[in-house]
Amino acid sequence: MTAALAEQGTRPAPAAAPPPTARGKRRRGLDQGVPRWQIYLPLCLYLLFTLVPFYWMLLFALRPAGSNALVPWPITGEHFQKVWNERSFGIFFQNSMIVGVASLVMTTAVALAGGYALARFDFRLKKGFMLALLASQFIPGALMLVPLFEIFKNLQMINSLGSVVIAETVFQLPLSIILISGFIKNVPVSLEEQAWVDGCGRFRAFCAVVLPLLRPGLIAVGSFAFVHSWNHFLFALMFLSSQDKQTIPVGLNTLIGADSVDLGALAAGGVIAAVPVVIVFAFIQKWLITGFSAGAVKG
Amino acid sequence: MADAVAKPPRVTRRRTGGPARRLPYLLIAPTGLLMLGFIAYPMLSVLYYSLRNYNVTKPWRNGYAGFGNFTRILTDDPQFWDTLVFSGKWVVTEVLLQLLLGLALALLVHQTFLGRGLARALVFSPWAVSGVLTTTIWMLLYNPSTGISRYLADAGIGTYGTSVLSDTGTVFWAAVVAELWRGVPFFAILILADLQSIPQDLYEAASVDGAGRARRFFHITLPHLKDAIILSTLLRGVWEFNNVDLLYTLTGGGPAGQTTTLPLYVANTGINGHDFGYASALTTVAFVILLFCSILYLRLSKFGGETK
Repeated sequence: MTAALAEQGTRPAPAAAPPPTARGKRRRGLDQGVPRWQIYLPLCLYLLFTLVPFYWMLLFALRPAGSNALVPWPITGEHFQKVWNERSFGIFFQNSMIVGVASLVMTTAVALAGGYALARFDFRLKKGFMLALLASQFIPGALMLVPLFEIFKNLQMINSLGSVVIAETVFQLPLSIILISGFIKNVPVSLEEQAWVDGCGRFRAFCAVVLPLLRPGLIAVGSFAFVHSWNHFLFALMFLSSQDKQTIPVGLNTLIGADSVDLGALAAGGVIAAVPVVIVFAFIQKWLITGFSAGAVKG
Repeated sequence: MADAVAKPPRVTRRRTGGPARRLPYLLIAPTGLLMLGFIAYPMLSVLYYSLRNYNVTKPWRNGYAGFGNFTRILTDDPQFWDTLVFSGKWVVTEVLLQLLLGLALALLVHQTFLGRGLARALVFSPWAVSGVLTTTIWMLLYNPSTGISRYLADAGIGTYGTSVLSDTGTVFWAAVVAELWRGVPFFAILILADLQSIPQDLYEAASVDGAGRARRFFHITLPHLKDAIILSTLLRGVWEFNNVDLLYTLTGGGPAGQTTTLPLYVANTGINGHDFGYASALTTVAFVILLFCSILYLRLSKFGGETK
């Protein structure tokens, strides 16, 4: 009785509320009464800011050298040929792929184990482990260059892609573990227990029950790892000395730093660097937001 | 399916010694070893080096230095203070602008409108782009003879031959805009994720009670986003402080050291100048400042204070 009254109290005029049948309207929520132009005008302005730089890069990559046209016509592949063959972007691309995929695999595998431990167990070191993960977020990778360089030199890993893979993995682990343990917490324990009752071991139950449900989260975490190590520059610059070991960002930097900058080649190199991340981004875009809301924000 | 899962009696398996007790430690072992070896140990060596003279090019002077490096930083290194001031200016400008634009952008693409999916994909796309690629793109735009300014000059706006990157008056804002381009989407994604968790009933109840858009924003949206905003500004602040990719490649810290952040100064001192001891002392100071600012920020902003 009182509950019903109280509910009525919060909604004094039920007639004025949107009719319950209009489900589309209910979902809108925030935008009730926002005029369309107030959405499209700022959106178009922001899109201009986002897309003009991308367009500019494509323009320089595709139009012939010396042209000033604002539309890349006739389209030429000369810049791409040049950077791929003469500037060895083919090799850079391959190296970046190796680094990206290897850190994706390592980060996801190690973080999966750590995330599972955090999500499903209470153990004595748990608090300390969590604290270490969070604290490591404040440790600047750039400032660790000197000792890391020394370590890899002692391990005789300078100028091998392994050093970059390890460094990238280590600096992405903390966030990946926190994200993954968030995803695992969202999977009800009862699902796993059910599988144990059916005679599965913990590992088999995990693989059969939890892993499939984690797929979106793992794709999100793995993609972050790939995109991050594909893009990251400093470790590759410092640890890889010979040209045949370098990655795309380092290759781009040599083009930027050249005495007379070949803008066409620079733009073509930029496009080559952008293609894999754009593909990954298009692939994970729909999971991006849910991934963050499930893992990072709710912790 | 869901019913079948919910119904059966729950079997609570106890963690009763044996392998089950060791399992969590086994699971965190790879992470622990990697972090000990490549984060904790390097941190300790930074502390160790910072107390030493350690210069690869002047080995005869190497040895214990006590707090010599630190006194030199604090009393005898004007460049340190310059880079510290620039770091502060850079972080505050970037984080504030990214927060405001990111919040606006998230609110915008949270609305329902035709083409929302495509619009989201497009405005978020620079998030995936790296520091060096951002530099590449903005170098092309800023180029004085073939960049945007030339076409604007053709149209009668501005003058020919201006390079915003070599002018001490404009280089800061040129770098800020380039960094905003890829930084705003990150904020927008985080805030959008949190926006979606606000119960719609709140808005409906509020509008029934006659609250306008502004009041709904300040009384429902903003308080709800508070913790996400504090956390993301903190993470972003640390990241903007630490990140050197963009400035290293876009301006190289120049012109005339105008855009050298503290980490960039450390990298120059250590890797290019081979003065590992002094670079390590700078690193220690930077870390302490970062930690101090972070704790102060969390205290002042009362993170998580109201919900608990």
